Amino acid sequence: MKPILLRGARVLDPANGRDEVADLLLEGGLVKGIGRALGTPDGATVLEGKGLVAAPGFVDLHAHLREPGREDVETIATGARAAAAGGFSAVCAMPNTDPVTDNQAAVGFIVRQAGLAGFARVYPIGAVSVGQKGEQLAEFGELVAAGAVAVSDDGRPVATAHLMRTALEYARTFDIPVIDHCEDVTLSHGGAMHEGVTSTRLGLKGIPRSSEDVIVARDIALAALTGGHVHFAHVSTAGAVALIREAKTRGLRVTAEVTPHHFTLTDAACEGYDTNAKMNPPLRETGDLAALRGALADGTIDCIATDHAPHHYDAKEAEFDNAPFGVVGLETALGLALTELVEPGTLTLAQLVDRMAARPAAIAHLPGGALRPGGAADVVVFDPGQEWTVDPSRFFSKSRNTPFAGRRLRGVVRWTIVGGRVVHTAGDRPDAPDRSGR
Amino acid sequence: MPPSERQLLLDERAFARTLHRMALDILRQTPDPVPLVLVGIQRRGVELAVRLAALLAKETGAEVPRGALDITLYRDDLEVVGPRPLVGPTHLPVDLDGRVAWIVDDVLFTGRTVRAALDELADFGRPARIGLAVLVDRGGRELPVQADVVGERVPTSPGDKVEVFVKELDGRDAVEVVRGGGRP
Amino acid sequence: MSGTLGKDLLGLEHLSGDQIRLILDTAEPFKEVSERAIKKVPALRGKTIVNLFFEASTRTRISFEFAEKRLSADTVNVAASGSSVVKGETLVDTARNLEAMRIDMVVMRHGSSGAAKFLADRIVSSVINAGDGKHEHPTQGLLDLLTIRDHRPIAGTKVCIVGDVLHSRVARSNIWGLLKLGAEVAVCGPASLLPLGIEALGVQVFRRVEEAIAWADVINVLRLQLERMQTGYIPSVREYYRVFGVTMERLERAPRDLLIMHPGPMNRGVEIDSRVADGPHSVILNQVTNGVAVRMAVLYLLAGGNPELAEAAKGTSDR
Repeated sequence: MKPILLRGARVLDPANGRDEVADLLLEGGLVKGIGRALGTPDGATVLEGKGLVAAPGFVDLHAHLREPGREDVETIATGARAAAAGGFSAVCAMPNTDPVTDNQAAVGFIVRQAGLAGFARVYPIGAVSVGQKGEQLAEFGELVAAGAVAVSDDGRPVATAHLMRTALEYARTFDIPVIDHCEDVTLSHGGAMHEGVTSTRLGLKGIPRSSEDVIVARDIALAALTGGHVHFAHVSTAGAVALIREAKTRGLRVTAEVTPHHFTLTDAACEGYDTNAKMNPPLRETGDLAALRGALADGTIDCIATDHAPHHYDAKEAEFDNAPFGVVGLETALGLALTELVEPGTLTLAQLVDRMAARPAAIAHLPGGALRPGGAADVVVFDPGQEWTVDPSRFFSKSRNTPFAGRRLRGVVRWTIVGGRVVHTAGDRPDAPDRSGR
Repeated sequence: MPPSERQLLLDERAFARTLHRMALDILRQTPDPVPLVLVGIQRRGVELAVRLAALLAKETGAEVPRGALDITLYRDDLEVVGPRPLVGPTHLPVDLDGRVAWIVDDVLFTGRTVRAALDELADFGRPARIGLAVLVDRGGRELPVQADVVGERVPTSPGDKVEVFVKELDGRDAVEVVRGGGRP
Repeated sequence: MSGTLGKDLLGLEHLSGDQIRLILDTAEPFKEVSERAIKKVPALRGKTIVNLFFEASTRTRISFEFAEKRLSADTVNVAASGSSVVKGETLVDTARNLEAMRIDMVVMRHGSSGAAKFLADRIVSSVINAGDGKHEHPTQGLLDLLTIRDHRPIAGTKVCIVGDVLHSRVARSNIWGLLKLGAEVAVCGPASLLPLGIEALGVQVFRRVEEAIAWADVINVLRLQLERMQTGYIPSVREYYRVFGVTMERLERAPRDLLIMHPGPMNRGVEIDSRVADGPHSVILNQVTNGVAVRMAVLYLLAGGNPELAEAAKGTSDR
């Protein structure tokens, strides 16, 4: 592997308090040095970083890579490649695959597939319950030993308070977070979008905010009871934000993430029954949007996670009620974050890197999220000002279900480097002929 | 494009005289006035039918029933003529079977309106005879249709327009010809 | 004023007051056609119309069928059960197959909100929404407007919709149509059956039906679907009738000219008393008559008329 010298970029590493124009030398898969006028080793690849930002590679705590079971819409390889294109050097794979990732063989499979692909690192998330059925606890020890970094029943909530309590307690043994998708299924049953004026006008059954708030409150109470670490997936309501903020003031071990679509869009995106605006939790109203942005700014919400959820074109080409929930997000996350959060001044660039790299890595106890000499050479180099238009036909993901097609965004990844190898360069084109759906 | 030219064909007095002559003509062609009924075609044919009925009543001393027919739904060019023209009211006060029905219209041109009127009348009954009385025949027939009673004949070119004004709708009685001088 | 309606009729929410008035005005002469001995005009002769009903409905389908046949169109009925839809064919494929047989219009009723728009966006033929999920039922809204207009001008009239508004596409279409024509609109029903944020649409809310009756010039009574109890929205039919039923007793002090409407089919003795349904305030049967006329008007207005050709043809005054 040739060494890489990145010259003259703005090195932004909030975990180590660094924000300066400097050279970055990567050798042997590790960060060798950061400073001015580093020498160029023999045979090194020199990358011109002037005008660009170099940050620790982003870490996505929440993505659905669909393999095993739905390789027609995404595989671990294509998902890892899409992650790399989005500037992520690591992505966590949710366990609601077919079969569910609830045993060590399944975890091992993901680790192996990711290694074979060789783009972004893929860390498996194990299931909380066997088969995600909400009855019996999965064998966390076995999952962690095989490589799982967290547990979740995402796709669904952890089914009962009792199960959540035991999961939080048991997870303490292995020091992993329990990631909960907060939804009260009796309140959300049959709902297709946020319950409000828009759902009334469209004649669609709504999912009230309370469906999320009720379970967030439940989990906070259980975190207090058990001392366990609960991480709230895809927070969408102002009410949940308020509950989390309060819980943190009490010193509870709660963390939270928000998706780019939730900090960008409201339920108005569902007008015309666009199924690319159908996701769970649903897009809410402007008050929730403002609360989510404020929470990212003040740290109540710790990080940005994509909840990348690929679906087949045919599946989304359906009546709104019948279309599946979810949108892809790995390749639009940085652009949306820069355009919607940094540009209007809600976050500084340093805070953005913190929310997309340092904090997610810390939450799941992953290596990475920072650039320290001797640490893994996982770096994202991006141009924060370059404008581009979202074109789903150029996604590395196999799937195209995004609500952002045609949107003008700022912020393009120039290089993504994982373990000292460049795994994505701006201008790369997806070359696989068998794309999902088209 | 040469400017269009507006000619007065019938002024108010000529209009009244013509209508009077038409009424007498209808009577002459209808030996037995008892089964007579006038059916005016929307729009101005209806007003003309009302006037003719009044004139006929003066001559015969008996009321002449009169109805209105809107032929929009029977047009042969509904596809082409959109946005859809609004359909006016149709009402026939008496059963048509065995009657002598006179269709009354203001202008006879291609003959397609009369064809539509004949189709529509057929859906209402079977008159013993149908006659056609028009205020103006401007030539230019596209179908083999002829009027039995004509108020005034005026030869025209395709680009010309014949406009009929009636007091009840337009505030005055007149017939004017607008010479087009070529299609716009 | 000849505003075109576009290719489809999907709902009343996005129509202008003028467009709605155009449809109502166009329906008037069609009322007369239904009174003739020969109830047929050739206006849509040669047009093929498919009635694509994914939800069972005798009344609406028959009303459309009469409307189509009275305009001399050819009608084909496709009911979802027993069609290829049950075998898993998607809505789009069903429609495209029909379109490949060169049909002109589709009248569709479907259980999913937005299904009519979904179809209309994907086929060239005109689509008329005969009810999509809980979203809209525009021809019902239009015939309700026409029925009110038969008795009084809509602007300024106070109309209250009573019943399960949450699940009602008829209610939504009525609300849009009435607001656009200047009526004052209210809803009344158990709070669990009124949608969140309904006031934001410009609609008053009455908690008790007595208040609604005292206020309104027109009461439109919605059918209570018995599933609502099974899914826990209201405790029982008996309680619904006792608290919200439109009964003769409740109408005792209502003015003579209060109108009672119901989209049908009625649950006599649940949301409405037989004596009310058959009584002097009721215009329910007029609604049915007007339904055919309104549907004829909609079919007529959508069935063609190419504006470019019309411009070219304007030179010939066709007389």
